[in-house]
Amino acid sequence: MSYEESKKLVYKGLVLLAVVTLIEVFFSLLGKGHVIESLGDITWLGYLIGLILIALSLYKAYYIIYEFMHMRYEVKGLALSVLLPTVLLIWAIIAFFQEGTSWKNRRQQIEEKDKQELKEDKAKEELEGLRNEETIEFEYRG
Amino acid sequence: MATTDSVTETQETQEQQGGSWKGGEAPFKASYGKLMMWYFLLSDAFTFAGFLIAYGALRFSSPTWPVPDFVFSTAPFGVHDAPLIFVTIMSFLLIISSVTMVRAVQEGHRENKNGVVFWMLLTIVGGAGFLGCQAWEWTNLIATEHMTVNTNPFGTHTQAGVYLDAEGNETEETFEMGDSYLIHKAGEGHGADHGEGDHEEHDYSVGEHPGYVVNEQGFLQRKFLVTDGPDEGEVMVQQFGPKAFGALFFFITGFHGFHVLSGVVFLFIIMINAASGLYMARKNGHEMVEKIGLYWHFVDLVWVFVFLVFYLL
Repeated sequence: MSYEESKKLVYKGLVLLAVVTLIEVFFSLLGKGHVIESLGDITWLGYLIGLILIALSLYKAYYIIYEFMHMRYEVKGLALSVLLPTVLLIWAIIAFFQEGTSWKNRRQQIEEKDKQELKEDKAKEELEGLRNEETIEFEYRG
Repeated sequence: MATTDSVTETQETQEQQGGSWKGGEAPFKASYGKLMMWYFLLSDAFTFAGFLIAYGALRFSSPTWPVPDFVFSTAPFGVHDAPLIFVTIMSFLLIISSVTMVRAVQEGHRENKNGVVFWMLLTIVGGAGFLGCQAWEWTNLIATEHMTVNTNPFGTHTQAGVYLDAEGNETEETFEMGDSYLIHKAGEGHGADHGEGDHEEHDYSVGEHPGYVVNEQGFLQRKFLVTDGPDEGEVMVQQFGPKAFGALFFFITGFHGFHVLSGVVFLFIIMINAASGLYMARKNGHEMVEKIGLYWHFVDLVWVFVFLVFYLL
């Protein structure tokens, strides 16, 4: 590739990355209801926009690695030895997000149980209160 | 025996050619320095991935999470309610400095010393600009909005309701479930531009008040009347947001900012070296510029994901 050609390619990259970033920001604001207010409450739209944002970011990452960092012009073995290990991250993401969700569920479970016990305690106190006048108190000797 | 002989034979022939065993061939046809830079970046990518995945896991584990376009909606020169605009400018700075870095590497291939120095200088300016923006962002979060590593004043309402005024009477400030709020320090108010709340002198001693609670750190947590859901009719107090948010924000953007800072330092050193003509005399030419270029693009690459995870999603 000639010097002039590769120079042009660089400025093409600048425009491409800038436009993709602007599209990302636009979609993000759209999903949060800043552009059209009523859209902020639609759950499935939020997920769809999340997916679009992730896809666009991965495209930006691909472009930076392959064009700016010249991975395209390296030997295939080098590209594979650098890029393949990152596949492990897919499992890390699945595992840790699963873990996070389970922390939340467990915390909610604990909170609900705490509330139940509180109610049971209150019920007991009320019962004891009713009985109080007739109860004979035993001294504890054990 | 025959096989052993042939093995020694092939080894000998390779040695005669100055072959792989003696380091005559570069693995993957890349120089040692460039290859090791790639592997360093791979390991660094895992560090950042660990940070970002931890952010994801903690975000999933929390019933509410600060909304980024509410948290990051201020910009210098008194700009408010401009969600994500400032970080978009920061992203552009990094993208532009990445592009000027590519130009520096190209000029390095042509052995054009002045071109290398010029484009590296622009890259340094871009990097320093990014650091300046980040310094402003941090200052705003720490000094104005009082977010620290373990205090997160950005909360989210889990029920609809209406705020109480200082005397404990209902106001006209209503909010919906999922609305965000920022807990201010007592006496500092919301700022005139928010157009809410009165700014009379109130009793800001620590403890319970008719319309608010002042905690020991001096934060004023307003009271509100719940108008919807199972707790309807109860008076509740604004709660702080998930604690992990501040620590995650400062550690992840701080770690990235530190990469940018060290990148700027190395760019500067290599620019000086290039200007002195050191690389013109070297056998491998301007390879140092390529190596710092790889690192600099990686910093931009990481920002793509920090931007995605922290600000966009």
